[in-house]
Amino acid sequence: MITTIPLVYYLTISAALFCLGLFGALARRNAIAVLMGIELMLNAVNINLVAFWRYGSPDPIGDQSGIVFALFVITLAAAEAAVGLALVIAIYRSRDTVNVEEIDLLKW
Amino acid sequence: MDVIGIISQLVFFLIAALTLAAGLATVLLRNVFHAGLALVGTFFGVAALYLMLEAEFLAVVQILIYIGAIAVLILFAIMLTRSLMKNEDSNINKQWAWVATVIVILFVGLFILILQVPWQHSGTAVYTDLVPHLGTALLTTYLLPFEIVSVLLLAALIGAFIIARE
Amino acid sequence: MDIWSFITNPFVSIYELIRGGLSGLLTSVGVPDEIVRLIVFLVMGGIVVTVLLIVAPVMMMYMTWLERKLVARMQDRIGPNRAGPFGLLVPIADMIKFLTKEDIVPEGVDGPVHFLAPIVVVIPVILSFAVIQFGVGMGAVDLNLALLYLMAMGSVATIGVFMAGFGSHNKFALIGGMRAAAQIISYEIPQILAVAVIVLLAGSISLTGIIKAQSGLFGLGWFIFYLPVGPIAFFIFLLAATAEINRVPFDLPEAESELVAGYHTEYSGMKFGLFYLAEFLNTFLISAVGASLFFGGWQGPFVQQVPVLGIVYFFAKTIVLIGVQLWFRGTLPRLRVDQLMNFGWKRLVPATLALILFTASFLWAYRLFNQFLTGLGG
Repeated sequence: MITTIPLVYYLTISAALFCLGLFGALARRNAIAVLMGIELMLNAVNINLVAFWRYGSPDPIGDQSGIVFALFVITLAAAEAAVGLALVIAIYRSRDTVNVEEIDLLKW
Repeated sequence: MDVIGIISQLVFFLIAALTLAAGLATVLLRNVFHAGLALVGTFFGVAALYLMLEAEFLAVVQILIYIGAIAVLILFAIMLTRSLMKNEDSNINKQWAWVATVIVILFVGLFILILQVPWQHSGTAVYTDLVPHLGTALLTTYLLPFEIVSVLLLAALIGAFIIARE
Repeated sequence: MDIWSFITNPFVSIYELIRGGLSGLLTSVGVPDEIVRLIVFLVMGGIVVTVLLIVAPVMMMYMTWLERKLVARMQDRIGPNRAGPFGLLVPIADMIKFLTKEDIVPEGVDGPVHFLAPIVVVIPVILSFAVIQFGVGMGAVDLNLALLYLMAMGSVATIGVFMAGFGSHNKFALIGGMRAAAQIISYEIPQILAVAVIVLLAGSISLTGIIKAQSGLFGLGWFIFYLPVGPIAFFIFLLAATAEINRVPFDLPEAESELVAGYHTEYSGMKFGLFYLAEFLNTFLISAVGASLFFGGWQGPFVQQVPVLGIVYFFAKTIVLIGVQLWFRGTLPRLRVDQLMNFGWKRLVPATLALILFTASFLWAYRLFNQFLTGLGG
């Protein structure tokens, strides 16, 4: 299975997913949609980490650093989602909007 | 190429197409709730890619944490802020054209880079149970980052609680 | 294959016979070896999946019958007794009713989301049955990550509940959906932690590994007997699992007296039938998992000599656990939302964490003691 699919395929998918996520993070107006874009980017990074572990590591069983890193990224993504969504809800409570263009109190 | 190879390539392309389509829907759909559901689809696609990469543990963790926790949290937040998702004239801000241009350039650049680099495939098929090795690695080699991440999770938990409290 | 081993282990023997016959036939026709393996894999997989897809709904249908009978008896009624002997045909009548009822889609619902929600609720439950070990060597897949997989599938159903609650554009459905989601993600944590205690004891996260670890004491070395950890962990697991599948006393998401029917208010016909199916399959599933984790699954006396006994043991234990949940339903009143959340986060989670700490330190001390003894002897 592993020999029939070149590494390049995974890297291309990962790059495409990363670009989509970046677009979502930069171009969406809803703050929650921005967070979703960030999650897409983190997923793209994880695909890369696992693909490099699978193809690049000379000893994929003994040295699972790619998977370990991906696990840490997933943990961080969970923390980021919890804090980010808490912020969004706090902003929604005080400003009654989740549109990032209207949250501009610090703008002068 | 043998039959198994052709089938696995077909499966791969199917998963890739579904993942990218769901990702595209996530960033383009106007209704944020639909976008959130598309995000769930993307997470599933990525989990399937992990399975193709023989990282079963990570695939299950992806479903458990990304879909079971993060996506649910996102959908919850969408529900709590739901009055705003209706009657929105556009879900995309004014700078979207700039962003799209930059991102297309970025993708083309990355693609060219990916094709240029001579990647070496040293991966051999692994058919053993990887999880015991992973657990040992997490509690020996990566013990310090593991503990730091657990402290970070605790901090995020308390922080989220304090921020979101009325 | 002699006749004794066939009689004592009929299902696995039939499976092996079909598989051997099929691959022999294909090889004799001259199909390449690799394709033979592929075809045999697909056909045998198809057979196993078909059997599972027949057994699980039939089981579910008779669970509804059992529930009606038992709850009726607890409430001093007789229960269904008209269709067939002891009302045994009631589930079939029910199914025909579900299938022939009109499927009403209210105006103003979020079309695709409303349509997909029941499917998303049912699929993870059915997928979960892939790793359940029904008898000796009788599981569809012997996954090395079975427990983690079960937990993951349990959490996916939340998405379907969300879709039903939000896609209906109905306030009862919305409140029910939010309650369900909050409840599921809260009670998932004590459930996983209670299972982690068993993982610590067994040293494995594969269901087969855990069942095999309970083979001591003449097939009765079940983890429920590991005092004091086993019963406490089982109690927490049962409570958390009952809450996670929204059954009484934790049925706030579909509380009839407050929310009409919760997140499936706007569903009728077979779509409602799918929610109903999912609820009962979930009950069956957690009873099966509970039986495997705490009561040894198919372990029992003489199971090594007569493997077919494993199926009997497994289903007996599962049905007893189902009965316990029906007993809950007949006895306990429903909780309030704040009671539910307080109980989950302030009681169950700390208790389970303390239990894990206790088990881990006990096992560590035990291992040190063992090393000390061997050091003494050597």
